[in-house]
Amino acid sequence: MTTLDMTGENAGTGRSKSLFTADKRTAARNAAERRFRAYGVVAITLAILALVWLLISIFSTGLPAFKQTFIDIPVTLDAAVLDKAGHGNPDEMASVSTIGYGKLIAKALSAEIAARGIDTGKMKPRDVAEMISEESAATLRNMVLANPKLLGSTIQFPALANGRIDGYFKGRVTMATAALDKNTSPEKLALADRLVAAGMMQTRLNLGFLTMPDASDQRPEAAGLGVAILGSLYMMFIVLVLALPIGVAASVYLEEFAPKNRWTDLIEVNISNLAAVPSIVYGILGLAIFINFGGLPRSTAIVGGLVLALMTLPRIIIPTRAALKAVPPSIRDAALGVGASRLQTVMHHVLPLAMPGVLTGTIIGLAQALGETAPLLLIGMVAFVRDFPKAPPMGLLDPASALPVQIFNWTQRGDPGFVERASGAIIVLLVFLIVMNTAAIILRRKYERRW
Amino acid sequence: MSLGLLCLILLGLAAAAFFLGRQRAMAAAGGDVRRLHSLPGFYGQITALAVIVPAFAVLVVWLLAEGFVIQSSALSHIDVADVPAGSDVSLVMADVTRLARGLATLAANGTDVEALSHDPVALKTALGAAGVAMGNDPTPAMIDAAKAVRTTAAQSRLGLSVVTLALALAGLGWALVRIKPEFRARNATETVAMGLLIGASLIAVLTTVGIVLSMLSETIHFFGIYPATKFFLSATWTPRFGGGSDLGIWPLVWGTVYVSVIALIVAVPIGLLSAIYLSEYASRRVRGIVKPLIEILAGIPTIVYGLFALITVGPLLRDWIAVPMGFGNSSSSVMTAGLVMGIMVIPFVSSLSDDIINAVPQSLRDGSLGLGATPSETIRKVVLPAALPGIVGAVLLAASRAIGETMIVVLGAGAAARLSLNPFDAMTTVTVKIVSQLTGDTEFNSPETLVAFALGLTLFTLTLGLNILALVIVRKYREQYE
Repeated sequence: MTTLDMTGENAGTGRSKSLFTADKRTAARNAAERRFRAYGVVAITLAILALVWLLISIFSTGLPAFKQTFIDIPVTLDAAVLDKAGHGNPDEMASVSTIGYGKLIAKALSAEIAARGIDTGKMKPRDVAEMISEESAATLRNMVLANPKLLGSTIQFPALANGRIDGYFKGRVTMATAALDKNTSPEKLALADRLVAAGMMQTRLNLGFLTMPDASDQRPEAAGLGVAILGSLYMMFIVLVLALPIGVAASVYLEEFAPKNRWTDLIEVNISNLAAVPSIVYGILGLAIFINFGGLPRSTAIVGGLVLALMTLPRIIIPTRAALKAVPPSIRDAALGVGASRLQTVMHHVLPLAMPGVLTGTIIGLAQALGETAPLLLIGMVAFVRDFPKAPPMGLLDPASALPVQIFNWTQRGDPGFVERASGAIIVLLVFLIVMNTAAIILRRKYERRW
Repeated sequence: MSLGLLCLILLGLAAAAFFLGRQRAMAAAGGDVRRLHSLPGFYGQITALAVIVPAFAVLVVWLLAEGFVIQSSALSHIDVADVPAGSDVSLVMADVTRLARGLATLAANGTDVEALSHDPVALKTALGAAGVAMGNDPTPAMIDAAKAVRTTAAQSRLGLSVVTLALALAGLGWALVRIKPEFRARNATETVAMGLLIGASLIAVLTTVGIVLSMLSETIHFFGIYPATKFFLSATWTPRFGGGSDLGIWPLVWGTVYVSVIALIVAVPIGLLSAIYLSEYASRRVRGIVKPLIEILAGIPTIVYGLFALITVGPLLRDWIAVPMGFGNSSSSVMTAGLVMGIMVIPFVSSLSDDIINAVPQSLRDGSLGLGATPSETIRKVVLPAALPGIVGAVLLAASRAIGETMIVVLGAGAAARLSLNPFDAMTTVTVKIVSQLTGDTEFNSPETLVAFALGLTLFTLTLGLNILALVIVRKYREQYE
């Protein structure tokens, strides 16, 4: 039927409308055109909305991690209790455990509350003491052991508040949930409100989140990223030291010297496939080769770094080859023409000209390695690590953590306070990635030459 | 001599060799550079290379072999018959290694190790005090083995130092003897450098070989203790660490495929339509802003998507869709993981399709538009068919990415292996099970652990196949227009 209509139209017999009003068919075609464009706009909007939703979700849960509730207590460090021998010798003072310090802080808190005349209601002194994080005692103990001169003086000690109290001020805990929670009670929250009113308790910026080590399951308020950031830094260092020179050497060979034969083809196909191998497979490789076969200790920065270096290698080789390819042949011809050898040509002229591209590719490869989680899980990096690794090179053999693994670790914990910590850690990770990618973009914009 | 010190000495020797070589060349030429074949620096370089390359090569090989020698020297002290029931040689060896490390700590603290080693009980307390916890009481055989480990390790280190230093010095002497004005130092240096470059590019091949061999050998080991037919044909997955597990791969493959299909259903329309809009309709400015924004999605680490699935998408789907409609009440589900993975895969589809659509020659579009087709008709009837093989390649690459993805499914899809059609059920994937079977304290001889290697090999083969297929399709397509 349509064909008949069209021939009719083409013959001009059936045309009755003016050119300015579209006939039915044209209108339908134009509507289809508009619909098609709208699909595109909708698709793009959906993609961008997904990005915005993701970022808002992470930032809204994560930003509170950078703030923490502290109780400011004047603590008198009684020498008679903390240093029974009276020599001011840290080794002897270590015999007083965190429990001793905990009692000291609890007493100071009760005294301060009484001094300010704050009503504690029917709460027992033990309940009041439970508002302080158990970690505070350890913090105070380390502080005194590091500086025995503090003995006998009265210091203004900012004690971390318990995770539930902290959650109350961040909206995570309410009176209703506290009534059902055996770890806290509405009375404690009410007292916390009065302490805030009296100026003893305050929610403020917490840099400890970036510097402190991880804390146990019960103490989300004290958990920090210090060990994880250091571990990630160690691994990035290993990746850079191994993957950059090897990657550049391999690219130089493949791009500038390799004869075009079956072997070179094999290597090239191999590299492009390695770039697409799922990262978890590299974890299996690391487990089988470096740990079971090579006998390196699990969960260490060196194994993590080696695995990530192998993974990053193809991701450095591919952009490096592109950068080398972009250098025009005239440069090589000129260098060869004045008597340079092929290696000299590459090392003195081609490679320096390709360097911005190489470094951009390296930074982006490092950024990917920084966020990689799955291979690190397989080499045992899920363990709970509290101690900072020692300085390199021996520190590379110490158990370490890494940013993404720490995030995963926190998502597996029971206390809801850790969800906030994990999101906060993601913000830190994203900031690192943004800085690295921005550096790569600036490098590319500033130094890349178009020939 | 510690390894670090040895490396430092070798590097120092190489630096000295550089200056010695250059000086000797200058002396041989009587101070006249023109009489030399190469620039004096090359004579220095070849001398330094002669010092460092053989020494480091031996160092690496030695360190690789050292483990075996130490292992076998310790094994010779342990009688297989002595191994207690319920344990095996590898567990005993782990104890021996720990014991040897403990002995080293004690020796470093100044304890008399020799006296202690005759008294296992005192030794255990001393080790405990030094911070080395021992699970079992060390038997005399184990103590002997640990001592053997220590002496062999010490001998090996000494031997290593002597051999590498001797090699370095021999290299120095050899190079210095060969330096004459007519010696082609530049050519020699470049031959060595070329060898190093080839070696670097072979590392990529070695990585693949390592991946395949390590997984293959453990998989063969696995099929030795667990029948392959059950692995490939059974439809139940119930690992029990006490033994008697059912390790059928199908529930895992089903979960993987289901999640990936949902991810592709989300990502392909969105990715493809945005690529079409960006390449055919959008102005330069819009494109310049939107394209990087979408590509940000590809730069976000997968753990971030995983947490997003866990804390936002999962509960949202459960409370708004699954529970009201009676699909179940699990917040981790195939739908959660698929949806989030779909978001992650969008940029892979869109940027690859974008490149491919841009590669379609303008003349095709001009021809179609000239015949009176609207832009959308041109795209649907001319551009897309021309770009189809490339787009299929892009979708295959995205699928391979989705299949190998780990963190999103670990956090979003759940851990229950089941064959179900309900997308709001928690299911599990191959990657999730690799992680859960290999993390924690694992014992390397049980089928429950080794199955992870068989799963890994399956995953590797699957993604490799998809990648190669995609590459072949894309390559074939490219030939049409170039």
